[in-house]
Amino acid sequence: MSELLIKDGRVIDPANKIDTVSDVLIREGKIAEIGSVKASGEMKTIDAKDKYVVPGLIDLHVHFREPGDEGKETIASGSHAAVAGGFTSVACMPNTQPTIDNEATVEYVYRQAAEANLANVYATGAITKGRDGEELAEMGQMVRGGVVAFTDDGTGVQDSGVMLKAFQYASMFDKVIMQHCQDDAIAGNGCMNSGYQATVLGLPGMSPLAEELMIARDLLLVQQTKARYHVQHLSTKKAAQIIREAKQQGIAVTTEVSPHHLLLTEDCCVGYDTNYKMNPPLRRQEDVDAMRQAVADGTIDCLATDHAPHLSSEKELEFFNAPPGILGLECALGLYVKALIDTKTIDWPRMIAMMTHIPADILSIDKGTLAIGADADVTIIDPTSPWQVDVEKFYSKSRNCPFHGWDLTARATHTIVGGEIKFQLG
Amino acid sequence: MKKKSSSKDFVWRRKHLLGLKGMSADELIHLFNTAEGFKEISQRSIKKAPALRGKVVGNLFFEDSTRTRTSFALAVSRLSADIVEFTAKASSLSKGETLRDTARNLEAMGIDMVVVRHKAGGAANLLSQCIDACVINAGDGYHEHPTQGLLDIFTIRELRQDIKGLKVAIVGDIAHSRVARSNIWALHTLGAEVFLVGPPTLMPSAVSQLPVTVCHDFDSIIGQMDVLNMLRVQFERIGSPVIPSLLEYSRLFALTEKRMEKAKSDVIVMHPGPMNRGLEIEGTVADGPNSTVLRQVSNGLAVRMAVLFLVNQASKLPADERIDS
Repeated sequence: MSELLIKDGRVIDPANKIDTVSDVLIREGKIAEIGSVKASGEMKTIDAKDKYVVPGLIDLHVHFREPGDEGKETIASGSHAAVAGGFTSVACMPNTQPTIDNEATVEYVYRQAAEANLANVYATGAITKGRDGEELAEMGQMVRGGVVAFTDDGTGVQDSGVMLKAFQYASMFDKVIMQHCQDDAIAGNGCMNSGYQATVLGLPGMSPLAEELMIARDLLLVQQTKARYHVQHLSTKKAAQIIREAKQQGIAVTTEVSPHHLLLTEDCCVGYDTNYKMNPPLRRQEDVDAMRQAVADGTIDCLATDHAPHLSSEKELEFFNAPPGILGLECALGLYVKALIDTKTIDWPRMIAMMTHIPADILSIDKGTLAIGADADVTIIDPTSPWQVDVEKFYSKSRNCPFHGWDLTARATHTIVGGEIKFQLG
Repeated sequence: MKKKSSSKDFVWRRKHLLGLKGMSADELIHLFNTAEGFKEISQRSIKKAPALRGKVVGNLFFEDSTRTRTSFALAVSRLSADIVEFTAKASSLSKGETLRDTARNLEAMGIDMVVVRHKAGGAANLLSQCIDACVINAGDGYHEHPTQGLLDIFTIRELRQDIKGLKVAIVGDIAHSRVARSNIWALHTLGAEVFLVGPPTLMPSAVSQLPVTVCHDFDSIIGQMDVLNMLRVQFERIGSPVIPSLLEYSRLFALTEKRMEKAKSDVIVMHPGPMNRGLEIEGTVADGPNSTVLRQVSNGLAVRMAVLFLVNQASKLPADERIDS
């Protein structure tokens, strides 16, 4: 009988309102006991003194680029990056080549994930075939294949009629619809936030309105249906306010925020460094402040990296021509601590909730808790050890990360998936 | 300002010319004084100076251009350097080679200076970060076109004693204009008052944060202006959501003979070229006594010679005395 004992850590399990120094016993891949557990001779033991023991972290927004762009990332390399960052479960976006818009491609994702055997990798499926915004994808077939959500991420569904039908149709399956909120007619060919820096740098800007308009539209649409709606990578102050008000009205909406929108502004784009090119783009300081405020007051439900690997050769292009997106998984935890804990925006239990049972609830997956009998996905965090982000040490296949060289203080020391140690800081 | 020369021991430290934003008044004046010297050479019977003998300059044009490209080529040859012409069509760019690769290849062939025109803002900055050669921005996206800005102001400076206090209107498609941006920064630095004239759909998103006055009624301000810089309007924007029709644009913003009646009699009429006669400027005005269009072209040569000369000088300075950004 395989047993693993985690001794003397601060156990933070927000789903069960636990925050106490305790031991955690894992037996046969499940949480067996929380309390004072005596180590027996056979038991493998981890000393977690002065460390935090939390449910395995969940990231519901990653790009693992498989199938089609294996040079940037594979499900295996992405999973390795996930566990190195303390994440035990991730949801992969379907903007691959080909698009994950049918049962066969969904099954392919799960097969690659099983072969990698590192993190729990969940597939999401496209809302529309080929993510072209026109015809609904075979949602029912994809549910059979195991998708946990639908999204055309990378682009928003432009046509309001199609979006209404998507909400109506998806409500059959109780799967959340996630939207990359961007009205293309407003966004145009923008490659950074429209505003002072775009004006000075001579780059086409993307107005915050592009994001806000689609959120407002979707909130009207979703109320006509029984669907659940999740706004991906929130980035503007007004968008946060729109969602705040929608929640007050009881509309079924959730949202996420990424590390870069909590820490960086459009001013970073001044040197045309393409590692600061994201979509949605980096906004102004007042938007960053609004993101933190929205985390503090619960408008933002969860934290998501939008881990987006790209080849160095692509990121070496001119700013306008380089693809948007940055790596997130391997430094996210430390970045969230810097953005949210060090600034006293929220406390550790709330932050862990936003990275565990809340995203699990959004995806309707049975994860994110240390309840007795739950899958033993556990992350052990050293909350105080100083370390420096070094992209050369990343397990990801890509290197596009603007946080290279940043000094952070928290990181995962052990990542346990289904009772097995998949990563150990060495 | 015209006659006041910067101190003799002024040292030009910029190894690249990427833009006019951030350039000091002293730098601008030193550059203009240098250009005056080169203008004089152009009037001699032997029009060559040996300043860059043995140097190789790459003329990298990833976007169509006639006058800027030719002007640089001539400036290079007047300074006795060799020029390598490089166009997007003739290049490997269609084969997927990046700007960075192309530049490194050219550098491997021993190029000392690169003049670059590119449709992406920041292309010149990108080049300057990945090669050792001096980089001169000949226009990048909507970002900057520093030599155009310099030659415009050099031209104004020839005709007026002082830039300070002059009222300069830049008229047209400001949003998509690198010429406007370069002019705005340098004119502001030199103390001119800049007015941007055009429809709100052709203004940059953060125009209110620029050191300018925005005006949508050309007729209301034309009488106060010392300089009217008429930008080229791209034909493809006519009939798009930004300009309803050519007729309407002309009525509101074109520099017509009729509108000229409201202007000061000695107003300077400029255009960076190529002109759309009948769109943003009436032909008779473009060819009229106030027009400096051809003077701008001649001055462009002197200004570009000065730029090539100065950045080459700066490249010989020790790294800690140089400005490489």
